[in-house]
Amino acid sequence: MRKFETVEAVAAPMDMANADTDQIIPARFLWRARAEGYGGLLFNDVRSAADGSQKADFVLNRVENAKAEILVADRNFGCGSSREHAVWALSDAGFKVVIAPSFGDIFFNNSFKNGFLPIVLPEARCAEIRAALARNPGARMVVDLEAQEVRGPLGVNDGFGIDAFEIDPFRKELLLAGMDDISFTLSQQGAIGDFEARYEDAMPWV
Amino acid sequence: MARTMFDRIWEQHTVLVRPDGATLLHVGRHLVHDGSRAGFRALAERGMTLRHPARTFGTPDHYVSTKSHELAAIPEPNRREMVSALAENAAAQGFTLFGLGDVRQGIVHVIGPEQGITLPGILMVCGDSHTATHGALGALAFGIGASEVSHVLATQTLWQSRKPRAMRVTVDGVLGAGVTAKDVILAIIARIGAGGGSGHVIEYAGSIFRAMSMEGRMTVCNMSIEAGARAGMVAPDETTFAYLKGRPFAPQGEAWERAVAAWRELPSDADAVFDREVWLDAAEIVPMATWGTSPEDAAPVTGAIPDPAAAPDAERRDAIVRALAYMGLEPGMRMEAIAIDRVFIGSCTNSRIEDLRAAAAVARGRRAVVPAMVVPGSGLVKRQAEAEGLDQVFLAAGFEWREPGCSMCVGMNGDLVAPGERCASTSNRNFVGRQGRGARTHLVSPAMAVAAAVHGRLADVRLMKEIG
Ligand code: SF4
Repeated sequence: MRKFETVEAVAAPMDMANADTDQIIPARFLWRARAEGYGGLLFNDVRSAADGSQKADFVLNRVENAKAEILVADRNFGCGSSREHAVWALSDAGFKVVIAPSFGDIFFNNSFKNGFLPIVLPEARCAEIRAALARNPGARMVVDLEAQEVRGPLGVNDGFGIDAFEIDPFRKELLLAGMDDISFTLSQQGAIGDFEARYEDAMPWV
Repeated sequence: MARTMFDRIWEQHTVLVRPDGATLLHVGRHLVHDGSRAGFRALAERGMTLRHPARTFGTPDHYVSTKSHELAAIPEPNRREMVSALAENAAAQGFTLFGLGDVRQGIVHVIGPEQGITLPGILMVCGDSHTATHGALGALAFGIGASEVSHVLATQTLWQSRKPRAMRVTVDGVLGAGVTAKDVILAIIARIGAGGGSGHVIEYAGSIFRAMSMEGRMTVCNMSIEAGARAGMVAPDETTFAYLKGRPFAPQGEAWERAVAAWRELPSDADAVFDREVWLDAAEIVPMATWGTSPEDAAPVTGAIPDPAAAPDAERRDAIVRALAYMGLEPGMRMEAIAIDRVFIGSCTNSRIEDLRAAAAVARGRRAVVPAMVVPGSGLVKRQAEAEGLDQVFLAAGFEWREPGCSMCVGMNGDLVAPGERCASTSNRNFVGRQGRGARTHLVSPAMAVAAAVHGRLADVRLMKEIG
């Protein structure tokens, strides 16, 4: 896993509450091998018409967002099915951060495991940032994980802000170190072995 | 200090807690399926092997054909490989597999309880969000992602950065005739919203759950995820013990007695405090159906589609407008006027024997006027249904009778609803495109699904005479 470094990049606003994982990546693509990449399938059914043509008005199809690495979304982002492919699709499409008022729990957990950062900011602030980005297409933002700070949109008078965000310290440490969970857990073998012995004693029927 | 059942199971599975509060939990039993290939690959890439083969159980369900359980019946090589990879991994890593051709194969959340793999008081995980189903037996059951699957395969543990909060949903009273577990959970979600359980583990309490069968409890816990919760659970009781006793992977003999004694200690203390409490009156729950694209978009079948103009805020108004546009419906339209093109009875929500009995009771002597199919949840459910003659009831009523699998719940095996088609479905998700691109889903109970098939529209099953 790569180390998570400060992101300064174009931020794309997406006004869609409850963007569920079926929309982020439709189930019919899930058998694809991870190596093939899921980026091109991100929001497939939202961004394209049934004949495959791209909808020009969908925010991620707009030219100014082609290099976006930050998505500013609405509440309950990534709700629904547990598919980790939703994070893969975002990440393969170049995104590193999603900022939203709230997230589907499983999506939120999956993000960290893929070096991807979900940030919760207040609902009103998310709406304000999205509005500022809509008025200033292609505006950039900064996400500084070390300082736990979001800055931007840059070069914008109305809507610029510096927002602190919360993150679990353990997850922050792993993201910054680019260490995944398995490597960390394997360093705790002793405690795991002791626990298992006690557990098997207490619940031999499991 | 007074504790909830959830607290107890969490504590009993806590391996270690880091100073920052992240908890490493031991996994009692782990279920894998044909979508778990990535997890095994990641394990192989690290040169690791499965830590606990005896605590790991697998079955193919998402990609299997429901027309035939020959591997060759899966038309597409990539999907076929998902199924064959599971068998190869089972052979290589030595875990128990209920494979194609084994009568015990089925939807992973149906076979867990059926085989007695699911037990009260254990932490159970599976790489599928509807793992919540297993909470019906008093297990703490989390759906996990692909990376977590590899983590569990490698270490038999799971990290949780924050302990979820506890929520209790109490439904007291007596359910009316024709009102099922599915209607109860749809009514709960309509009340608390699709994000209402977010960050919480829900315990379902109250007289109706005590009176409910295990199958009904599974239906309710299954859709905890649609309420946004991390898990759902029901305290184990005599119904649970009677259900589990003698099942192949449940404790036997003296171990059974010891286990039951321990399970009796699990229920929440009378003075346990929940972070959030919700109460519903059973008498107010009637047969439900969804009209929109979120499970919270549910209404009594006797009701009407809401008017977005009456929505509490602009966001909800926009959501209703978008949902109705996708669904091709108008505000104010009577639920019973919604014409249905197709009916699906199946999925881990409603494909157990009790569901099929309830559906057959309505189908008996009637005729579906639209294409309809029944997909049993497991080979054993199918066999039991056939022994009771239910397959004949369905076939005589014009329903297809298929092989077990996830099928049209998600359409990964190719059982799709056509674009624009309207399907009354006993599954759990009515999201945009869930059953196929442009597919329109109306979630209902098995009995209501048959009522829809017979009338070609949503219909109140309580008005149908001579059920049985
Ligand atoms: S039946 Fe549907 S919800 Fe259940 S496990 Fe299969 S795909 Fe998931």
